Amino acid sequence: MTSALELINLRKSFGQTEIIRGVDLSIAPGERHAIIGPNGAGKSTLFNLITGRFPQTAGVVELNGQNLAGKAPFEINRLGLSRSFQITNIFPKMTVFENVRCSLLWSRGYQYSFWNLVSNSQELTEAADAILEQINLTSRRNLPAGVLSYAEQRALEIGITIAGGANVIMLDEPTAGMSHSETDYITDLIMKVTEGKTLIMVEHDMGVVFGLADKISVLVYGEIIATGAPEEVRANPRVQEAYLGAAMEAH
Amino acid sequence: MRMLMPWIVGAIVLLVLPIFFGGRSQLTIMSQMSITVVFALAYNMLLGQGGMLSFGHAVYMGMGSFLCLHVMNMSSFGSFPLPLLPLLGGVFGLLFAIIIGSFSTRSAGTVFAMISLGIGELMAALVLIVTVFFGGEEGISGYRDEGLPFFGIEFISNLEVYYLIAIWMFIAVALMYLFSRTPVGRMANAVRDNPERAEFLGYSARRVRFVSFAVSGFFCGVAGGLSAILFEIATESDLNVTASGVILLVAFLGGIGFFWGPIIGAVVFTLLQTVLGLQTHLWELYLGVVFVGMVMFFPAGLSGIIMAHVPAAKMGKLGTLVGPYLTCVLPGILGGLGLAALIEMIFHVRSGAEGEHHMVLFWIDFSTHDVLPWLVALAVAVIGIGLAVRNAPNFKAAWENASTLPEAA
Ligand SMILES: Nc1ncnc2c1ncn2[C@@H]1O[C@H](COP(=O)(O)OP(=O)(O)OP(=O)(O)O)[C@@H](O)[C@H]1O
Ligand SMILES: [Mg+2]
Repeated sequence: MTSALELINLRKSFGQTEIIRGVDLSIAPGERHAIIGPNGAGKSTLFNLITGRFPQTAGVVELNGQNLAGKAPFEINRLGLSRSFQITNIFPKMTVFENVRCSLLWSRGYQYSFWNLVSNSQELTEAADAILEQINLTSRRNLPAGVLSYAEQRALEIGITIAGGANVIMLDEPTAGMSHSETDYITDLIMKVTEGKTLIMVEHDMGVVFGLADKISVLVYGEIIATGAPEEVRANPRVQEAYLGAAMEAH
Repeated sequence: MRMLMPWIVGAIVLLVLPIFFGGRSQLTIMSQMSITVVFALAYNMLLGQGGMLSFGHAVYMGMGSFLCLHVMNMSSFGSFPLPLLPLLGGVFGLLFAIIIGSFSTRSAGTVFAMISLGIGELMAALVLIVTVFFGGEEGISGYRDEGLPFFGIEFISNLEVYYLIAIWMFIAVALMYLFSRTPVGRMANAVRDNPERAEFLGYSARRVRFVSFAVSGFFCGVAGGLSAILFEIATESDLNVTASGVILLVAFLGGIGFFWGPIIGAVVFTLLQTVLGLQTHLWELYLGVVFVGMVMFFPAGLSGIIMAHVPAAKMGKLGTLVGPYLTCVLPGILGGLGLAALIEMIFHVRSGAEGEHHMVLFWIDFSTHDVLPWLVALAVAVIGIGLAVRNAPNFKAAWENASTLPEAA
């Protein structure tokens, strides 16, 4: 079976410094995979390479067996990969509803059409409202997204990411900066909306990681030092030494 | 039905306007206004809806204009119905925008602005060089009444021309509004707000900008065709960078944040230009002051000012603003007029004909050699502005009180 996502000797340098130093990773369809690691390890950079935001310096990224080399983010998205951002990345002047509706357009085949009106599509409106309901923002429906609270914007960020129904979902620190109850809520939400999909998630909160992930990879200084089931990774001495020790004890 | 109300009202207004303003020049002013409305909305498709600042957009309207005049000069124009001419202008504007947009819409920011400026300069220079097509400094002129009569209408009278232009304007505005509701029109907003995120939703920001650009070019061309019909001439001044600057100003004056903002801008600007322009040589000075003041203090434009009253109106507190308006805004306006009177009098003394002391200002006939008019103007200016400044904090407080919800008890 082809992997949902396959990274082969992936490398990225910014100027002289190599930030991603030969990453090999294989993620099976339907797997929930968490990537953990200390600050500055290159987790977000890895996401940026996979989703076409930056070109890689060397190596290969394959989505469902297809090489993504040279593809722009919008082309990669059309192949069924959608991501969220660590730093909230929404459409601040548009309403919350519009944010979600725009996220639905391409996957519903609207493309660049200027011969039909979005408001005429009952289906589109219902789908957008259903997502608002899911992310608990129905009461904020008609507000400009820029005025939402931080936690609400994070929820919207996830809503935008999942709206298109992509099969591979990548979330970059979805719970960063959230309170306990908000984190619990978002974790449940992620669980629900990624049912049957491939999930790749960067996360610092170990509770979330162990609650959600089937597999964990540990990225340190641009290299994956361990990958496997949560219990294996937890027991791995290199991981303990390099990074997890303190964090795991605390858990 | 509620959504159709503004359109029905608009159509009725356009229909009955000539009953109240039926003079030749009034009809021309209203026709000019309609053309500016189309142009300003087409321009705002880029600026307000798509986040693209163009400094050379008069090119697309001007090209539409020139082409339509060439069509009017063709011997076969006799078998072409005049009302369809703006469509040709639109197609030409569209083609031209497709060519330029294919490379200029790569990015939205400074690069786009600079390319548009460059194209604007380039085309203005070409007008004077390629005289076969542009007619050099004289431009190209033609006669609209040489077209095929349309159900017996030959478009000789200003009234017929007004209705032709008004109908086209209505259709163009409706189409542009509908465009903003299409998938690509919605995505234009998304790309404006955050081009990068739009790319992660499957849309190429460049392609979205390109579509907006092309459609905008079409409506600019339509405006150009209407201008050809109204003025029967096109010259360099129709597509130079100054003309492009004017439409930016019009859009900003009305406000780029709402679809209908530029309509207000076009109406107010045309009135200033024509009515005020007849009264004083200095109208551009006043326009400049209004524009700078607008950008500095009310960047959302006239439509933004109007919409800022909505929260107060919804809470039924609009009445509390009447007093502050009378004590602050009104004196401010009067003071401004006093200041303008002083400027006009100085200008009259400095640049008027030798020995010509008489001038008429605000329907008052007086001599600039008397002291009294100077004192009156000065007093109005000082007292008016002084009152406005003194009552400004008051106004601000009342404003904030009127537009914020009361604290929950
Ligand atoms: N565009 C860039 N140009 C230069 N250096 C960059 C760029 N993006 C990231 N880096 C560097 O790469 C390193 C890894 O950054 P990255 O954001 O991928 O880390 P991270 O693992 O996501 O960290 P965090 O947990 O803080 O989010 C950092 O040292 C950062 O400064
Ligand atoms: Mg990061």
